[in-house]
Amino acid sequence: MTRIGAILLRIGLLGIGLSLMAGCSDNWNTPYPGSETRANVLYSAFSERPKHLDPARSYSSNEVEFTGQIYEPPLQYHFLKRPYTLIPLTAEAVPKPRYFDAAGNALPDHPLSGQIAKSVYEIKIRPGIQYQPHPAFARDAAGRYRYHALDAAAMAGKTRIRDFAYTGTRELVAADYVYQIKRLANPRLSSPIFGLMSEHIIGLTALGAALEKAAQASPEATLDLDDFALEGAEVVDRYTYRIHIKGKYPQFIYWLAMPFFAPVPWEAEVFYAQPGMADKNLTLDWQPIGTGPYYLAENDPNRRMVLKKNPHFHGETYPGDDDTADRQAGQLLDAGKPLPFVDEAVFSLEKETIPYWSKFLQGYYDSSGISSDSFDQAVQFSAGGDPQLTDSMRDKDIHLITAVAASVWYVGFNMLDPVVGGLGEDRQKLRQALSIAFDYDEFISIFLNGRGIPAQGPIPPGLFGYVEGVAGLNPYVYEAREGQIQRRSLETAKKLLAEAGYPNGRDAQTGAPLVLYFDTMASGPDAKSRLDWMKKQLDKLNVQLVVRGTDYNRFQDKIRKGNAQLFEWGWNADYPDPENFFFLLYGPHKKVATGGENAANYDNTEFNRLFERMKDMDNGPERQRVIDAMLEIVRRDAPWIFAYYPKSFGLRHGWLHNVKPNLMANNTLKYRRIDPALRASRRAEWNRPVLWPIGLLVGALAAVIAPAAIAWRRREKSQA
Amino acid sequence: MFAYILRRLLYAVPILIGVNLLTFALFFVVNTPDDMARLQLGAKHVTPEAIERWKVEHGYDKPLLLNAKATGSAQLTDTIFFQRSAAMFAFEFGKGDDGRNIGNEIRTRMGPSLAIALPVFVIGLLVNITFALLMVFFRATYLDLWGVVLCVVLMSISGLFYIIAGQYFIAKLWNLLPISGFAGGIDGLRFILLPVLVSVMAGIGSGARWYRTIFLEEIGKDYVRTARAKGLSEVRVLFRHVLKNGMIPILTGAVVVLPLLFMGSLITESFFGIPGLGSYTIDAIQAQDFAVVRAMVFLGSLLYIVGLLLTDISYSWVDPRVRLQ
Repeated sequence: MTRIGAILLRIGLLGIGLSLMAGCSDNWNTPYPGSETRANVLYSAFSERPKHLDPARSYSSNEVEFTGQIYEPPLQYHFLKRPYTLIPLTAEAVPKPRYFDAAGNALPDHPLSGQIAKSVYEIKIRPGIQYQPHPAFARDAAGRYRYHALDAAAMAGKTRIRDFAYTGTRELVAADYVYQIKRLANPRLSSPIFGLMSEHIIGLTALGAALEKAAQASPEATLDLDDFALEGAEVVDRYTYRIHIKGKYPQFIYWLAMPFFAPVPWEAEVFYAQPGMADKNLTLDWQPIGTGPYYLAENDPNRRMVLKKNPHFHGETYPGDDDTADRQAGQLLDAGKPLPFVDEAVFSLEKETIPYWSKFLQGYYDSSGISSDSFDQAVQFSAGGDPQLTDSMRDKDIHLITAVAASVWYVGFNMLDPVVGGLGEDRQKLRQALSIAFDYDEFISIFLNGRGIPAQGPIPPGLFGYVEGVAGLNPYVYEAREGQIQRRSLETAKKLLAEAGYPNGRDAQTGAPLVLYFDTMASGPDAKSRLDWMKKQLDKLNVQLVVRGTDYNRFQDKIRKGNAQLFEWGWNADYPDPENFFFLLYGPHKKVATGGENAANYDNTEFNRLFERMKDMDNGPERQRVIDAMLEIVRRDAPWIFAYYPKSFGLRHGWLHNVKPNLMANNTLKYRRIDPALRASRRAEWNRPVLWPIGLLVGALAAVIAPAAIAWRRREKSQA
Repeated sequence: MFAYILRRLLYAVPILIGVNLLTFALFFVVNTPDDMARLQLGAKHVTPEAIERWKVEHGYDKPLLLNAKATGSAQLTDTIFFQRSAAMFAFEFGKGDDGRNIGNEIRTRMGPSLAIALPVFVIGLLVNITFALLMVFFRATYLDLWGVVLCVVLMSISGLFYIIAGQYFIAKLWNLLPISGFAGGIDGLRFILLPVLVSVMAGIGSGARWYRTIFLEEIGKDYVRTARAKGLSEVRVLFRHVLKNGMIPILTGAVVVLPLLFMGSLITESFFGIPGLGSYTIDAIQAQDFAVVRAMVFLGSLLYIVGLLLTDISYSWVDPRVRLQ
């Protein structure tokens, strides 16, 4: 029995060890060090590791989540105001373009588009803005850069930025912005917007060609961008620079609020270009240098990314506005207070939704999205169809945040296809009939848990050009009944189908059934139910839908070559302007002919003419009239089945404040405020360790081991 | 033995070239360099020029296997296959398409993978062998019967269930351990406990049952009868004789996986937030990052070859009758 005692003693010691180990913190299950319990740290998660943090390259939302806090373009979106409004960030003011004719003469403020040969944006940045501390700026007593000429010996043992003993800073100057614009043309960076910007910034194409030539001539050499001129970007003085745009491109102003146009100091490229840096992942792509409220203190995309407050941040205050709803929602309580509020933000990699959701409920994440698995646990719908939190969420003082995304999902018709394409009246009617049959109100209810709004056109809510309510309905698919928007009846769809030459889903001339093909990348059990639903929609018209599943590459290839017939696609806005959605239907952007973004290959002359007019107009009644005319054309032609505008649902704990969905701004971390004391007390309350299972386990083990040991001994004795 | 090891290592070279060629062929049957460029450049505003530039910058502008435009040996060497493969034999894996150094990434991720895999392997082996020996000791009794039933039940349950149940009960309901996460040093111990516990539990059923079969086969042999006839206790018979003679099949299964422990476990690491190598290959396949896929397949093949070699060597260690020639 002494052996049994020893085993039990060991198990007991293990339990004590566990207790001691967890005793460093109030909660045993905390994933954070005990010292952080009451720290002013915001905890969040990311599910996909970022690929690029270089402002010339990063474009995805999971990348901009970080770069947006570190880099500062000249402009930003007002955190609270709607519709989205641009305000200065590092600039003194939002620049107004000056227009010039082909002879270089200045034009008046509102010239005709045809007269404009060039637009010039002059941006004046505020003096005194400093970069984050970084070894690239460190100088010795003689003023020489400490780390700009490192050899292998000096690089030995340096694997992280914090391994460099000295850091420095310097003032932000206009040349840093111009330097970054040149970087967009660097072939070694493959900036995703180089092609687009080449169409607009004067001389960018030529710069790209010159850089490419230089890169090919010396593949190993670093390209010194100061040796290459860019006609379309000039430094006027220490704090002023100009960007020259071909013709008129009013949407360019929105690009000035994206990290693509944030400053990059030349010292950064010199520092990171040194031998041995890239091998240790010390590159600008992974170790950003900015002037923003935060800097990247820890960069382990496999585990966690940590942003810390930039000690040199130039200072900014929480905005105010006159919106009553914001005041009532408590969004204005911090107006005028200095930003940022949070000292540190820890982003942990969470690939799976189950641990992510559990940690949110335990209080270890301050906010969370809602996955389909946990939707019913978090949200219920009232009798009026409004989303509400469940009682269990409300008991935890969890708050629901909803917003309609600046995105649209659609089912595209390939307009080059002989069956569903073309602009003839019969084809229009066929597509209109199919648009009615696809009941996206039902789809949103079944597959999205109500997280979407049936789309009435390409422009989502919140953008200029979108018309709310009955006045904005798509009359070819919906109708107003008793002041409500209702989908047109199936009878209407059947009638349209018959008029299109397919009575009861059969070709009027040959009698053959109408068979359509839907190309999709979706696969797996979840996708199957969605695809079955799609087939069911067309069954209602006696039309057969054949689903052609394929992988991402082949799908892209089919769309590029125009081999698809029906396909599902979506678009997220780059900026809050209707041009960013209508251009998806602009004829000269056809996918097949030009490789553009018009995947449906729609090409209507009148629509194209109106688009060219609308894109250069300022927001106002005249522009709205043009937009209305364009909407009428695309609704009638129906190159897309306008599916839905997705609605994002998020949750936040009661200790997290200043959370207002802003789908355009990517630098919102600085506005977040937390109450660490409240969080610590809630975590302690929710995560008290339950010890009886350990006792039960010890007891169960004893109950199993003791008789076995006794039997063992008895057997040993009997054998002896 | 040295000559044998050297010969086996030399055999590995053509095997690795073959594996590399196969990986290359399979990868590029599914993905073209244009597809890779499109995925890396994102879904928006991608122009044909941008695709060409990306290919040039990443070395995918060359022919795949044979450069008909080149002359002499350059026909073979000025190709994607050669330029992307040759350096690997010097363990120069280059960079992934995201610009991160692959060798650095592997070194960084290997530690967390081992932090889970090694304890799971050692503890799992000990627990399984002990459990199997106990069942053998109590063979033909109700304890053996219920032990086997328990094993069958345990092995019938999906590995994912153990993870979800472990996280639910231990981390969420009883708040005893963190549900996921990782930390270096001693603080990392509390993150490792749950995945190790869950992984060991998930492996008991199949492991213990297999070892029980091995030991039962041994226990019926003449040398065991002789040992008992000499008056040795059952414990000595089991641990001194049966265990030692049962080691060959155990080693076959155990030693071969030893080097592969570096590669980590996809599901365990994913659910427990372990920044290991488990998901590196899968993520790379999804991102169409050929450089990483090729490096990981190469490394996996190499480790497997090393594992097989170690198994052969261990045979001669546990069984003096085995001679390596």
